[in-house]
Amino acid sequence: MTLNRKLFWLIPAAVLLVWEIASRTGIIPALFFPPPSIILAAFVNLIISGRLAVHLGITLLRLGVGFVLGAIPGIAIGLAMGWSSDLYAFLDPFVSALHPIPKIAVFPLIMIIFGLGDWSKIVIIAITVFFPVLINSIVGVHQLNPVYFEVTKNYGASRWLTFKRLVFPGSLPMILAGIRIALNMALMITVMVELLNANQGLGVLLWFDWETLHVPELYAVLVVIALVGLVINTYIPKWLSRLAAWYEFHPEELITT
Amino acid sequence: MNFACHQISKTFTSRKGKINALRGIDFSVINQDFVCIVGPSGCGKTTLLKIIAGLIQPTSGEVTFTDSVEKGKLRSAMVFQDLGLFPWMSVLDNVALGLEIQGVGRRERQARASVFLARVGLASFIHSFPHELSGGMRQRVAILRAFLSDPQVLLMDEPFGSLDTQTRLVMQEELLRVWKDYHKTVIYVTHDIDEAILLGDRILVMSGRPGSIRADIPVEFGRPRQLADRDRPDLVSLHWQIWKIIEDEVRKEVGIVQ
Repeated sequence: MTLNRKLFWLIPAAVLLVWEIASRTGIIPALFFPPPSIILAAFVNLIISGRLAVHLGITLLRLGVGFVLGAIPGIAIGLAMGWSSDLYAFLDPFVSALHPIPKIAVFPLIMIIFGLGDWSKIVIIAITVFFPVLINSIVGVHQLNPVYFEVTKNYGASRWLTFKRLVFPGSLPMILAGIRIALNMALMITVMVELLNANQGLGVLLWFDWETLHVPELYAVLVVIALVGLVINTYIPKWLSRLAAWYEFHPEELITT
Repeated sequence: MNFACHQISKTFTSRKGKINALRGIDFSVINQDFVCIVGPSGCGKTTLLKIIAGLIQPTSGEVTFTDSVEKGKLRSAMVFQDLGLFPWMSVLDNVALGLEIQGVGRRERQARASVFLARVGLASFIHSFPHELSGGMRQRVAILRAFLSDPQVLLMDEPFGSLDTQTRLVMQEELLRVWKDYHKTVIYVTHDIDEAILLGDRILVMSGRPGSIRADIPVEFGRPRQLADRDRPDLVSLHWQIWKIIEDEVRKEVGIVQ
Protein backbone atom coordinates (compact mmCIF):
# COMPACT_ATOMS: atom_id res chain seq x y z
CA MET A 1 0.00 0.00 0.00
CA THR A 2 2.70 2.48 1.01
CA LEU A 3 4.68 1.50 -2.08
CA ASN A 4 1.67 2.09 -4.30
CA ARG A 5 0.99 5.46 -2.75
CA LYS A 6 4.56 6.52 -3.43
CA LEU A 7 4.14 5.40 -7.00
CA PHE A 8 1.13 7.69 -7.39
CA TRP A 9 3.50 10.66 -7.27
CA LEU A 10 5.49 9.22 -10.14
CA ILE A 11 2.64 9.64 -12.59
CA PRO A 12 2.16 13.43 -12.35
CA ALA A 13 5.94 13.80 -12.08
CA ALA A 14 6.33 11.84 -15.32
CA VAL A 15 3.65 13.93 -17.03
CA LEU A 16 5.46 17.14 -16.03
CA LEU A 17 8.75 15.76 -17.25
CA VAL A 18 7.29 14.77 -20.65
CA TRP A 19 5.59 18.17 -20.87
CA GLU A 20 8.88 19.93 -20.09
CA ILE A 21 10.79 18.03 -22.77
CA ALA A 22 7.99 18.31 -25.35
CA SER A 23 7.69 22.04 -24.79
CA ARG A 24 11.42 22.72 -24.92
CA THR A 25 11.95 20.63 -28.06
CA GLY A 26 9.02 22.31 -29.80
CA ILE A 27 6.85 19.18 -30.10
CA ILE A 28 4.08 21.19 -28.47
CA PRO A 29 3.89 24.99 -28.90
CA ALA A 30 5.73 26.61 -26.00
CA LEU A 31 3.57 29.72 -26.26
CA PHE A 32 0.41 27.87 -25.19
CA PHE A 33 2.11 25.19 -23.11
CA PRO A 34 5.21 26.77 -21.56
CA PRO A 35 7.58 24.34 -19.82
CA PRO A 36 6.60 23.63 -16.20
CA SER A 37 9.94 24.98 -15.04
CA ILE A 38 9.06 28.37 -16.54
CA ILE A 39 5.62 28.23 -14.89
CA LEU A 40 7.32 27.43 -11.58
CA ALA A 41 9.60 30.43 -12.06
CA ALA A 42 6.56 32.63 -12.74
CA PHE A 43 4.92 31.20 -9.61
CA VAL A 44 7.99 31.94 -7.48
CA ASN A 45 8.21 35.42 -8.96
CA LEU A 46 4.55 35.98 -8.12
CA ILE A 47 5.32 35.18 -4.50
CA ILE A 48 8.59 37.09 -4.23
CA SER A 49 7.19 40.23 -5.86
CA GLY A 50 4.46 40.27 -3.22
CA ARG A 51 1.71 40.37 -5.85
CA LEU A 52 0.37 36.98 -4.87
CA ALA A 53 -0.12 38.02 -1.24
CA VAL A 54 -2.07 41.12 -2.25
CA HIS A 55 -4.34 39.48 -4.82
CA LEU A 56 -4.81 36.16 -3.03
CA GLY A 57 -5.45 38.07 0.18
CA ILE A 58 -8.24 40.18 -1.28
CA THR A 59 -9.81 37.15 -2.98
CA LEU A 60 -9.80 35.15 0.25
CA LEU A 61 -11.16 38.12 2.18
CA ARG A 62 -14.13 38.50 -0.20
CA LEU A 63 -14.66 34.77 -0.19
CA GLY A 64 -14.51 34.59 3.61
CA VAL A 65 -16.80 37.53 4.31
CA GLY A 66 -19.27 36.48 1.61
CA PHE A 67 -19.23 32.93 2.89
CA VAL A 68 -20.00 33.92 6.48
CA LEU A 69 -22.74 36.34 5.39
CA GLY A 70 -24.35 33.62 3.27
CA ALA A 71 -23.81 30.59 5.49
CA ILE A 72 -25.16 31.98 8.76
CA PRO A 73 -28.62 32.92 7.40
CA GLY A 74 -28.54 29.73 5.30
CA ILE A 75 -28.08 27.57 8.40
CA ALA A 76 -30.56 29.56 10.50
CA ILE A 77 -33.37 29.68 7.94
CA GLY A 78 -32.65 26.11 6.78
CA LEU A 79 -32.93 24.67 10.29
CA ALA A 80 -36.09 26.67 10.92
CA MET A 81 -37.61 25.43 7.65
CA GLY A 82 -36.60 21.85 8.44
CA TRP A 83 -38.08 22.07 11.90
CA SER A 84 -41.34 23.86 11.12
CA SER A 85 -43.47 22.32 8.40
CA ASP A 86 -45.53 25.52 8.19
CA LEU A 87 -42.48 27.63 7.49
CA TYR A 88 -41.31 25.03 5.00
CA ALA A 89 -44.62 25.07 3.12
CA PHE A 90 -44.50 28.87 3.01
CA LEU A 91 -40.88 29.38 1.96
CA ASP A 92 -40.13 26.33 -0.18
CA PRO A 93 -41.76 27.73 -3.38
CA PHE A 94 -39.53 30.81 -3.12
CA VAL A 95 -36.44 28.69 -2.59
CA SER A 96 -37.36 26.47 -5.53
CA ALA A 97 -37.88 29.49 -7.76
CA LEU A 98 -34.77 31.44 -6.75
CA HIS A 99 -32.27 28.61 -6.38
CA PRO A 100 -31.89 27.71 -10.08
CA ILE A 101 -31.24 31.29 -11.23
CA PRO A 102 -27.55 31.47 -12.27
CA LYS A 103 -26.09 33.75 -9.64
CA ILE A 104 -23.75 35.40 -12.12
CA ALA A 105 -26.85 36.57 -14.03
CA VAL A 106 -27.87 38.64 -11.03
CA PHE A 107 -24.48 40.31 -10.77
CA PRO A 108 -25.28 43.34 -12.97
CA LEU A 109 -28.31 44.08 -10.83
CA ILE A 110 -26.26 43.62 -7.66
CA MET A 111 -23.64 46.05 -8.99
CA ILE A 112 -26.33 48.65 -9.63
CA ILE A 113 -27.61 48.25 -6.08
CA PHE A 114 -24.33 47.80 -4.17
CA GLY A 115 -21.92 49.68 -6.42
CA LEU A 116 -18.71 48.60 -8.11
CA GLY A 117 -16.75 48.07 -4.90
CA ASP A 118 -16.26 45.00 -2.74
CA TRP A 119 -19.79 44.84 -1.41
CA SER A 120 -21.42 43.84 -4.68
CA LYS A 121 -18.93 40.96 -4.94
CA ILE A 122 -19.46 39.94 -1.34
CA VAL A 123 -23.23 39.97 -1.79
CA ILE A 124 -23.11 37.75 -4.87
CA ILE A 125 -20.80 35.32 -3.04
CA ALA A 126 -23.16 35.30 -0.05
CA ILE A 127 -26.15 34.54 -2.30
CA THR A 128 -24.21 31.71 -3.93
CA VAL A 129 -23.30 30.21 -0.54
CA PHE A 130 -26.77 30.69 0.91
CA PHE A 131 -28.64 28.11 -1.18
CA PRO A 132 -26.56 24.94 -0.81
CA VAL A 133 -26.17 25.61 2.92
CA LEU A 134 -29.90 26.29 3.25
CA ILE A 135 -30.93 23.13 1.42
CA ASN A 136 -28.51 20.90 3.31
CA SER A 137 -29.70 22.36 6.60
CA ILE A 138 -33.32 21.59 5.71
CA VAL A 139 -32.41 18.02 4.77
CA GLY A 140 -30.31 17.76 7.94
CA VAL A 141 -33.41 18.24 10.09
CA HIS A 142 -35.71 16.19 7.85
CA GLN A 143 -33.49 13.11 8.00
CA LEU A 144 -33.56 13.01 11.81
CA ASN A 145 -35.43 10.01 13.18
CA PRO A 146 -38.84 11.25 14.43
CA VAL A 147 -38.32 9.27 17.64
CA TYR A 148 -35.72 11.86 18.71
CA PHE A 149 -38.41 14.53 18.71
CA GLU A 150 -40.69 12.23 20.69
CA VAL A 151 -37.92 11.83 23.26
CA THR A 152 -37.49 15.57 23.77
CA LYS A 153 -41.25 16.09 23.78
CA ASN A 154 -41.69 13.27 26.28
CA TYR A 155 -39.26 14.92 28.70
CA GLY A 156 -40.92 18.29 28.11
CA ALA A 157 -37.91 20.00 26.52
CA SER A 158 -38.10 23.69 25.71
CA ARG A 159 -37.60 24.83 22.13
CA TRP A 160 -34.14 26.11 22.95
CA LEU A 161 -33.05 22.81 24.51
CA THR A 162 -34.56 20.85 21.62
CA PHE A 163 -32.53 23.03 19.30
CA LYS A 164 -29.33 22.77 21.30
CA ARG A 165 -29.44 19.06 21.99
CA LEU A 166 -31.27 17.70 18.95
CA VAL A 167 -31.90 19.91 15.93
CA PHE A 168 -28.46 21.51 15.64
CA PRO A 169 -26.11 18.64 16.53
CA GLY A 170 -28.24 16.14 14.61
CA SER A 171 -28.18 18.23 11.44
CA LEU A 172 -24.53 19.18 11.74
CA PRO A 173 -23.12 16.46 9.43
CA MET A 174 -25.44 17.57 6.63
CA ILE A 175 -24.70 21.25 7.32
CA LEU A 176 -20.98 20.53 7.04
CA ALA A 177 -21.51 18.73 3.73
CA GLY A 178 -23.41 21.81 2.52
CA ILE A 179 -20.58 24.07 3.64
CA ARG A 180 -18.11 22.07 1.61
CA ILE A 181 -20.23 22.38 -1.55
CA ALA A 182 -20.78 26.06 -0.84
CA LEU A 183 -17.06 26.79 -0.41
CA ASN A 184 -16.34 25.36 -3.86
CA MET A 185 -19.12 27.35 -5.45
CA ALA A 186 -17.96 30.46 -3.59
CA LEU A 187 -14.42 30.13 -4.92
CA MET A 188 -15.73 29.77 -8.47
CA ILE A 189 -18.03 32.77 -8.24
CA THR A 190 -15.36 34.90 -6.56
CA VAL A 191 -12.90 34.39 -9.41
CA MET A 192 -15.71 34.91 -11.92
CA VAL A 193 -16.82 38.28 -10.57
CA GLU A 194 -13.20 39.38 -10.26
CA LEU A 195 -12.75 38.61 -13.95
CA LEU A 196 -15.77 40.77 -14.70
CA ASN A 197 -15.06 43.76 -12.53
CA ALA A 198 -12.38 44.36 -9.92
CA ASN A 199 -9.10 46.09 -9.29
CA GLN A 200 -7.51 43.35 -7.25
CA GLY A 201 -7.89 39.62 -6.79
CA LEU A 202 -6.90 36.37 -8.50
CA GLY A 203 -9.44 36.99 -11.24
CA VAL A 204 -7.84 40.34 -11.96
CA LEU A 205 -4.42 38.68 -12.18
CA LEU A 206 -5.83 36.18 -14.65
CA TRP A 207 -7.34 38.92 -16.79
CA PHE A 208 -4.18 41.01 -16.72
CA ASP A 209 -2.07 38.01 -17.77
CA TRP A 210 -4.47 37.29 -20.60
CA GLU A 211 -4.40 40.87 -21.86
CA THR A 212 -0.58 40.97 -21.73
CA LEU A 213 -0.25 37.38 -22.94
CA HIS A 214 1.82 36.35 -19.91
CA VAL A 215 1.01 32.69 -20.41
CA PRO A 216 3.34 31.22 -17.72
CA GLU A 217 1.81 33.64 -15.17
CA LEU A 218 -1.65 32.57 -16.34
CA TYR A 219 -0.75 29.00 -15.48
CA ALA A 220 0.76 30.08 -12.18
CA VAL A 221 -2.50 31.79 -11.10
CA LEU A 222 -4.49 28.70 -12.09
CA VAL A 223 -2.16 26.67 -9.87
CA VAL A 224 -2.88 29.07 -7.00
CA ILE A 225 -6.66 28.66 -7.50
CA ALA A 226 -6.22 24.89 -7.59
CA LEU A 227 -4.24 25.03 -4.33
CA VAL A 228 -6.99 27.07 -2.67
CA GLY A 229 -9.45 24.41 -3.90
CA LEU A 230 -7.25 21.72 -2.39
CA VAL A 231 -7.36 23.42 1.00
CA ILE A 232 -11.15 23.89 0.72
CA ASN A 233 -11.75 20.26 -0.19
CA THR A 234 -9.30 18.39 1.99
CA TYR A 235 -8.17 20.38 4.99
CA ILE A 236 -11.25 22.40 5.85
CA PRO A 237 -13.62 19.37 5.71
CA LYS A 238 -11.16 17.35 7.79
CA TRP A 239 -11.03 20.11 10.36
CA LEU A 240 -14.81 20.65 10.33
CA SER A 241 -15.66 16.96 10.57
CA ARG A 242 -14.14 16.91 14.06
CA LEU A 243 -17.20 18.87 15.09
CA ALA A 244 -19.33 15.85 14.20
CA ALA A 245 -16.90 13.04 14.91
CA TRP A 246 -19.70 10.66 15.87
CA TYR A 247 -20.97 10.75 12.30
CA GLU A 248 -17.69 9.70 10.67
CA PHE A 249 -18.05 6.00 11.22
CA HIS A 250 -21.74 5.58 11.81
CA PRO A 251 -23.90 7.75 9.59
CA GLU A 252 -26.57 5.04 9.76
CA GLU A 253 -27.01 5.87 13.45
CA LEU A 254 -29.26 8.72 12.50
CA ILE A 255 -31.81 6.47 10.95
CA THR A 256 -31.69 3.21 12.86
CA THR A 257 -30.91 3.79 16.53
CA MET B 1 -54.44 4.66 42.11
CA ASN B 2 -51.93 6.13 39.69
CA PHE B 3 -53.75 6.79 36.45
CA ALA B 4 -56.72 5.61 34.44
CA CYS B 5 -57.65 5.34 30.78
CA HIS B 6 -61.29 6.15 30.11
CA GLN B 7 -62.85 4.73 26.95
CA ILE B 8 -59.89 5.62 24.77
CA SER B 9 -60.34 5.28 21.01
CA LYS B 10 -57.99 6.33 18.28
CA THR B 11 -58.63 6.59 14.56
CA PHE B 12 -55.85 7.46 12.15
CA THR B 13 -56.75 9.07 8.88
CA SER B 14 -54.44 8.30 5.99
CA ARG B 15 -54.73 8.54 2.23
CA LYS B 16 -56.02 4.99 2.10
CA GLY B 17 -58.81 5.82 4.48
CA LYS B 18 -59.46 5.54 8.17
CA ILE B 19 -57.73 3.06 10.41
CA ASN B 20 -59.30 2.25 13.74
CA ALA B 21 -56.26 1.66 15.91
CA LEU B 22 -57.87 1.51 19.35
CA ARG B 23 -61.43 1.11 20.57
CA GLY B 24 -62.85 1.56 24.05
CA ILE B 25 -59.68 1.07 26.08
CA ASP B 26 -60.64 1.33 29.72
CA PHE B 27 -58.46 0.40 32.68
CA SER B 28 -56.88 1.88 35.75
CA VAL B 29 -53.48 1.25 37.28
CA ILE B 30 -52.52 1.34 40.94
CA ASN B 31 -49.27 2.79 42.21
CA GLN B 32 -46.11 0.75 41.78
CA ASP B 33 -47.88 -1.87 39.72
CA PHE B 34 -45.98 -3.55 36.91
CA VAL B 35 -48.55 -3.90 34.14
CA CYS B 36 -47.71 -5.79 30.97
CA ILE B 37 -49.70 -5.28 27.79
CA VAL B 38 -49.61 -8.27 25.45
CA GLY B 39 -51.14 -8.47 22.01
CA PRO B 40 -50.53 -9.40 18.41
CA SER B 41 -48.41 -7.09 16.30
CA GLY B 42 -50.26 -4.12 14.90
CA CYS B 43 -52.86 -4.07 17.67
CA GLY B 44 -52.10 -0.50 18.69
CA LYS B 45 -49.97 -1.19 21.77
CA THR B 46 -47.47 1.52 20.88
CA THR B 47 -50.27 3.95 20.08
CA LEU B 48 -51.79 3.31 23.49
CA LEU B 49 -48.45 3.98 25.22
CA LYS B 50 -47.98 7.21 23.30
CA ILE B 51 -51.46 8.33 24.28
CA ILE B 52 -50.66 7.67 27.95
CA ALA B 53 -47.39 9.57 27.48
CA GLY B 54 -49.32 12.50 26.01
CA LEU B 55 -47.38 12.29 22.74
CA ILE B 56 -50.52 11.76 20.69
CA GLN B 57 -54.10 12.72 21.40
CA PRO B 58 -56.84 10.10 21.49
CA THR B 59 -59.77 10.55 19.11
CA SER B 60 -62.08 10.11 22.07
CA GLY B 61 -61.68 9.30 25.75
CA GLU B 62 -59.05 10.57 28.14
CA VAL B 63 -56.21 9.64 30.46
CA THR B 64 -56.48 10.95 34.00
CA PHE B 65 -53.74 10.96 36.60
CA THR B 66 -54.65 10.83 40.26
CA ASP B 67 -51.78 12.77 41.72
CA SER B 68 -50.72 16.14 40.49
CA VAL B 69 -47.11 16.36 39.41
CA GLU B 70 -44.70 18.46 41.39
CA LYS B 71 -43.10 21.27 39.46
CA GLY B 72 -40.13 20.02 37.48
CA LYS B 73 -41.23 16.39 37.84
CA LEU B 74 -42.39 14.17 35.04
CA ARG B 75 -45.75 12.51 34.59
CA SER B 76 -44.26 9.76 32.48
CA ALA B 77 -41.06 8.77 30.75
CA MET B 78 -41.05 6.45 27.80
CA VAL B 79 -38.48 3.91 26.69
CA PHE B 80 -38.99 3.83 22.94
CA GLN B 81 -38.87 0.74 20.80
CA ASP B 82 -36.02 2.18 18.76
CA LEU B 83 -34.54 3.73 21.91
CA GLY B 84 -33.95 7.25 20.62
CA LEU B 85 -30.47 7.56 22.08
CA PHE B 86 -28.78 10.59 20.56
CA PRO B 87 -25.76 9.35 18.59
CA TRP B 88 -23.97 12.70 18.96
CA MET B 89 -24.05 12.59 22.75
CA SER B 90 -21.96 10.52 25.16
CA VAL B 91 -23.61 7.78 27.20
CA LEU B 92 -23.38 10.02 30.24
CA ASP B 93 -25.13 12.94 28.52
CA ASN B 94 -27.75 10.61 27.08
CA VAL B 95 -28.62 9.20 30.48
CA ALA B 96 -28.65 12.70 31.99
CA LEU B 97 -30.83 14.16 29.22
CA GLY B 98 -34.08 13.82 31.15
CA LEU B 99 -32.55 15.62 34.14
CA GLU B 100 -31.11 18.31 31.90
CA ILE B 101 -34.53 19.00 30.46
CA GLN B 102 -35.93 19.16 33.99
CA GLY B 103 -33.40 21.88 34.71
CA VAL B 104 -30.92 19.97 36.91
CA GLY B 105 -27.46 21.59 36.77
CA ARG B 106 -24.64 20.03 34.83
CA ARG B 107 -22.58 18.81 37.78
CA GLU B 108 -25.46 17.32 39.66
CA ARG B 109 -27.05 15.55 36.72
CA GLN B 110 -23.73 14.08 35.62
CA ALA B 111 -23.00 12.90 39.14
CA ARG B 112 -26.40 11.24 39.43
CA ALA B 113 -26.13 9.65 35.98
CA SER B 114 -22.65 8.32 36.82
CA VAL B 115 -23.93 6.65 39.96
CA PHE B 116 -26.73 5.00 38.00
CA LEU B 117 -24.41 3.84 35.23
CA ALA B 118 -21.92 2.45 37.73
CA ARG B 119 -24.66 0.49 39.46
CA VAL B 120 -25.41 -1.45 36.29
CA GLY B 121 -21.77 -1.98 35.41
CA LEU B 122 -21.46 0.66 32.72
CA ALA B 123 -19.02 2.89 34.62
CA SER B 124 -16.27 2.48 32.05
CA PHE B 125 -18.57 3.44 29.18
CA ILE B 126 -19.76 6.84 30.38
CA HIS B 127 -17.70 8.71 27.80
CA SER B 128 -18.46 6.30 24.95
CA PHE B 129 -20.97 7.06 22.23
CA PRO B 130 -24.07 4.88 21.77
CA HIS B 131 -22.70 3.27 18.60
CA GLU B 132 -19.74 1.97 20.56
CA LEU B 133 -21.99 -0.10 22.81
CA SER B 134 -23.56 -3.51 22.28
CA GLY B 135 -27.31 -3.78 21.74
CA GLY B 136 -27.92 -4.86 25.34
CA MET B 137 -25.85 -1.98 26.70
CA ARG B 138 -27.77 0.55 24.64
CA GLN B 139 -30.99 -0.88 25.96
CA ARG B 140 -29.80 -0.36 29.51
CA VAL B 141 -28.74 3.20 28.74
CA ALA B 142 -32.19 3.99 27.34
CA ILE B 143 -33.89 2.45 30.38
CA LEU B 144 -31.58 4.27 32.80
CA ARG B 145 -32.39 7.58 31.10
CA ALA B 146 -36.07 7.01 31.79
CA PHE B 147 -35.53 5.76 35.37
CA LEU B 148 -33.22 8.64 36.26
CA SER B 149 -35.78 11.25 35.27
CA ASP B 150 -37.93 9.80 38.08
CA PRO B 151 -41.36 9.86 36.42
CA GLN B 152 -44.64 8.86 38.02
CA VAL B 153 -45.10 6.23 35.35
CA LEU B 154 -42.50 4.42 33.30
CA LEU B 155 -43.72 3.45 29.84
CA MET B 156 -41.74 0.76 28.03
CA ASP B 157 -42.38 -0.17 24.43
CA GLU B 158 -40.90 -3.61 23.73
CA PRO B 159 -37.53 -2.44 24.98
CA PHE B 160 -35.93 -5.84 24.44
CA GLY B 161 -37.67 -6.58 21.16
CA SER B 162 -34.55 -6.24 19.05
CA LEU B 163 -32.30 -8.35 21.27
CA ASP B 164 -31.42 -11.99 20.72
CA THR B 165 -33.15 -14.49 23.02
CA GLN B 166 -30.22 -15.05 25.39
CA THR B 167 -29.46 -11.37 25.86
CA ARG B 168 -33.13 -10.71 26.37
CA LEU B 169 -33.39 -13.20 29.24
CA VAL B 170 -30.45 -11.58 31.02
CA MET B 171 -31.92 -8.13 30.45
CA GLN B 172 -35.28 -9.15 31.89
CA GLU B 173 -33.60 -10.17 35.14
CA GLU B 174 -31.58 -6.98 35.10
CA LEU B 175 -34.74 -4.91 34.66
CA LEU B 176 -36.37 -6.63 37.64
CA ARG B 177 -33.27 -5.92 39.72
CA VAL B 178 -33.30 -2.20 38.85
CA TRP B 179 -37.06 -1.97 39.27
CA LYS B 180 -36.86 -3.52 42.76
CA ASP B 181 -34.68 -0.63 43.96
CA TYR B 182 -36.70 2.12 42.28
CA HIS B 183 -40.21 0.90 42.72
CA LYS B 184 -42.26 2.63 40.08
CA THR B 185 -45.43 2.14 38.15
CA VAL B 186 -44.49 0.47 34.89
CA ILE B 187 -46.53 -0.10 31.76
CA TYR B 188 -44.63 -2.60 29.68
CA VAL B 189 -45.65 -3.46 26.14
CA THR B 190 -44.49 -6.76 24.68
CA HIS B 191 -45.63 -9.50 22.35
CA ASP B 192 -43.71 -12.09 24.33
CA ILE B 193 -46.10 -13.89 26.72
CA ASP B 194 -43.31 -15.40 28.83
CA GLU B 195 -41.75 -11.99 29.26
CA ALA B 196 -45.07 -10.56 30.39
CA ILE B 197 -45.54 -13.34 32.95
CA LEU B 198 -42.01 -13.03 34.31
CA LEU B 199 -42.19 -9.25 34.71
CA GLY B 200 -45.80 -8.30 35.33
CA ASP B 201 -48.07 -8.08 38.34
CA ARG B 202 -50.89 -7.97 35.88
CA ILE B 203 -51.31 -8.66 32.19
CA LEU B 204 -53.67 -6.84 29.87
CA VAL B 205 -54.31 -8.93 26.77
CA MET B 206 -55.22 -6.92 23.69
CA SER B 207 -57.12 -7.97 20.60
CA GLY B 208 -56.04 -7.29 17.05
CA ARG B 209 -57.00 -4.06 15.27
CA PRO B 210 -58.92 -2.15 16.41
CA GLY B 211 -57.13 -2.85 19.68
CA SER B 212 -59.29 -3.40 22.70
CA ILE B 213 -58.65 -5.14 25.98
CA ARG B 214 -59.70 -8.79 25.81
CA ALA B 215 -58.62 -9.88 29.25
CA ASP B 216 -57.13 -8.52 32.46
CA ILE B 217 -55.15 -11.26 34.17
CA PRO B 218 -53.37 -10.93 37.51
CA VAL B 219 -50.06 -12.78 37.82
CA GLU B 220 -50.31 -14.15 41.30
CA PHE B 221 -46.91 -15.36 42.09
CA GLY B 222 -44.47 -13.63 44.33
CA ARG B 223 -41.25 -11.78 43.91
CA PRO B 224 -38.33 -11.88 43.56
CA ARG B 225 -38.80 -13.85 40.37
CA GLN B 226 -36.17 -15.70 38.43
CA LEU B 227 -35.86 -17.14 34.98
CA ALA B 228 -36.14 -20.64 36.44
CA ASP B 229 -39.69 -19.82 37.53
CA ARG B 230 -40.76 -20.08 33.93
CA ASP B 231 -41.08 -23.83 34.24
CA ARG B 232 -43.55 -23.77 37.15
CA PRO B 233 -46.67 -25.63 36.07
CA ASP B 234 -49.05 -22.82 37.10
CA LEU B 235 -47.12 -20.37 34.95
CA VAL B 236 -47.04 -22.73 32.02
CA SER B 237 -50.81 -23.03 32.20
CA LEU B 238 -51.07 -19.24 32.48
CA HIS B 239 -49.03 -19.01 29.31
CA TRP B 240 -51.48 -21.24 27.46
CA GLN B 241 -54.43 -19.37 28.87
CA ILE B 242 -53.11 -16.12 27.37
CA TRP B 243 -52.09 -17.80 24.13
CA LYS B 244 -55.63 -19.12 23.67
CA ILE B 245 -56.96 -15.57 23.87
CA ILE B 246 -54.74 -14.15 21.16
CA GLU B 247 -54.21 -17.26 19.02
CA ASP B 248 -57.01 -16.51 16.56
CA GLU B 249 -55.88 -12.93 16.16
CA VAL B 250 -52.34 -13.98 15.40
CA ARG B 251 -53.52 -16.52 12.83
CA LYS B 252 -55.71 -13.89 11.22
CA GLU B 253 -52.79 -11.46 11.15
CA VAL B 254 -50.57 -13.85 9.18
CA GLY B 255 -53.45 -15.07 7.03
CA ILE B 256 -53.79 -18.59 8.38
CA VAL B 257 -57.47 -19.30 8.99
CA GLN B 258 -58.64 -22.68 10.24
